[in-house]
Amino acid sequence: MALTSADDVVVATHGRGADQAPRPGGPRRRGNRLYGREPVLAWVFVAPMVVVAVLFLIVPILMALWVSVSDWSGRGSPLAATVGFVGLDNYAAFFSPGLAQRDLSTSIRNTFYFVLLVVPLQTLLALGLALVLNSRRLRAKSFFRTAYYFPSVTSSVAIAVVFLFMFSASGPVNSILGLVGIEGPNWFADPRGLIHVVAGAFGVDEQPAWASGSIAGISLWQWLAGPSVAMVSIIALVVWVSAGGYMLIFLSSLQGIDEEVNEAAVVDGASTWQRIRHITVPILRPTTTLVVTLGLIGTWQVFDQVYIMSQGNPGKTTLTPAYLSYTTSFGSAQWGQGTAISFMLFALIVVLTIIQRAATRDRENPSGRRGRRRASRKEVAS
Amino acid sequence: MSDLRTRPTTAHDSRSKRSSGGDLAAEGRRRRASIAAFYTVLIVVAIIYIYPFVIQAGTSFKTDGDSTYNPLNPFPTVATLDAYGTLADVDFPLWFRNSVIVTAFVTVGRVLLCSAAGYALSRLHFVGRKFLLAAILAVMAVPGVVLLIPKFLILNQLGMYNTFSAMIIPLLWDATGIFIMKQYFDTIPPAVEEAARIDGAGVVRRFWSIMLPMAGPALVTLTVFAFQGSWNEFTHMIVARSSAETNTLTTGVAALTTGQFGSGNRYPLKLAAALIMTIPVALVYFVFQRKLVRGQGGGAVKG
Repeated sequence: MALTSADDVVVATHGRGADQAPRPGGPRRRGNRLYGREPVLAWVFVAPMVVVAVLFLIVPILMALWVSVSDWSGRGSPLAATVGFVGLDNYAAFFSPGLAQRDLSTSIRNTFYFVLLVVPLQTLLALGLALVLNSRRLRAKSFFRTAYYFPSVTSSVAIAVVFLFMFSASGPVNSILGLVGIEGPNWFADPRGLIHVVAGAFGVDEQPAWASGSIAGISLWQWLAGPSVAMVSIIALVVWVSAGGYMLIFLSSLQGIDEEVNEAAVVDGASTWQRIRHITVPILRPTTTLVVTLGLIGTWQVFDQVYIMSQGNPGKTTLTPAYLSYTTSFGSAQWGQGTAISFMLFALIVVLTIIQRAATRDRENPSGRRGRRRASRKEVAS
Repeated sequence: MSDLRTRPTTAHDSRSKRSSGGDLAAEGRRRRASIAAFYTVLIVVAIIYIYPFVIQAGTSFKTDGDSTYNPLNPFPTVATLDAYGTLADVDFPLWFRNSVIVTAFVTVGRVLLCSAAGYALSRLHFVGRKFLLAAILAVMAVPGVVLLIPKFLILNQLGMYNTFSAMIIPLLWDATGIFIMKQYFDTIPPAVEEAARIDGAGVVRRFWSIMLPMAGPALVTLTVFAFQGSWNEFTHMIVARSSAETNTLTTGVAALTTGQFGSGNRYPLKLAAALIMTIPVALVYFVFQRKLVRGQGGGAVKG
């Protein structure tokens, strides 16, 4: 699972491609008579893809929408006459006290802390590596780029296996911690939340009275637990995997920056840090927005790593909405509730995607001063 | 990618702007210090990125005990091929074969269907062209994870569950690939095709004999992406099938990891399995890395 898949690139690409594509044939040739069988053949050309998309994307989503308002138990066809319509009951289950609500709240809490740590960390790591790699005086840049991007093209399953070993109780990570005198935890068996661990160091071991109130099925104290030790190892994996892809996005933007701006700053006596702080980072703002929103879209969907490494354990502290929707359906045969979760997740991600596309447009069609920079960037890219 | 740029040698450039020799020496010291700092950062991070794979390879030749007692040492105390031998007992060759079948069909299928659709969207006149482009973009926004249950529902409904067609056909959809091809065809001057049109070449002929051979670079990119994507495909394979005979490498190794093949850590076995499944993609990556790397970063710049 490459969090920055080629999809993102094309999303970033469509703006110009669609507008500037040469009009087939040109304006003289309006009207179908001139094209003979072309319109028919055109549909023959696109038909296979359209059929696959309709049959395996659009129809299934409509089926799932039906399942989410039905009482289908997983037996037979969800379209059979015996399956009943239950309105929004499956959605309502998450808004009234019970196991369903508790699990969903727990998964949202877990993913919230996951996103809160992964997105800033991977963005900073990607930006830092890109800034260093963009330095003109370095050699062997392509070697480093290759190394950092390699995890992004590797199977998520293979990477998860490697990290299970890295973070195993007697694995390499704990060995390194041992070298500096720290006794590492049993990562994947440790449900303690990091914030609870810190609170414990200050003597707050149990749920204080002020935090015992329940919000959406779990207590405030539980909401404040922080990411569990097990989740921290998944966070480490995801940051490690995705930083390389985002680094490439930053690098390509950096290469578009007009060198004259930096040269002028050097003449004016600006230090490297001042140049980064006052020139590079402001110029990269649209790219940073893109990377952050792509990060948000990717992290809220985290699934593979949880499936392979922890299955939501220990103590449900690595449960995520995507994994919960899977187990609710395939595991507990609560298909209605499982699909309901995925549609709620869908809504969240669509909102994030709309933000991301708006951010991409900003980056594509900057006005005024930024327009000139963009023009020079085009030359570089072509 | 920086090498695409022709720029004057900077050392010379900035030196000419300096006036006094003292500045020059201080500047030189600062520059050497910053280069050293940069290399330190790059090398430390590179070790963090490369060492896990080194340990993985080394541990796959260890015994279970050795992997537990000397986790950091990439060299086995006593090298053994036990892990690789055991792989045959857990159906690994079957998973490998299934992955090859799925990847071959998906890659060839995507190349054909994406270039046909991309050509039509770029060059042909038909009612609904704009609508199709918009629809493809809309469908791309659907997050993959949300499709898990829906895909199972339709495959189950159609009686395709647990078949190779269920594993292959839905994966043929590749909106990214359609756009890669469409945009590449957009860059080919219309005059090229116009000449053939005047000579009486039909649509199919112009596509197959003129445009497709000119789209080599885009076809390579598409093939590399399709290969990498389908070889690594995991989530689709856990909802399209469940039988032991249809495991691919991803689902098979995941099952191995989640303990469906007996207890014990068995890290050498798991790491050997993960290593073998990484090798084909790694080879393609090292050969075609410019494509992959440029597709990621360059595409974003080009817009």
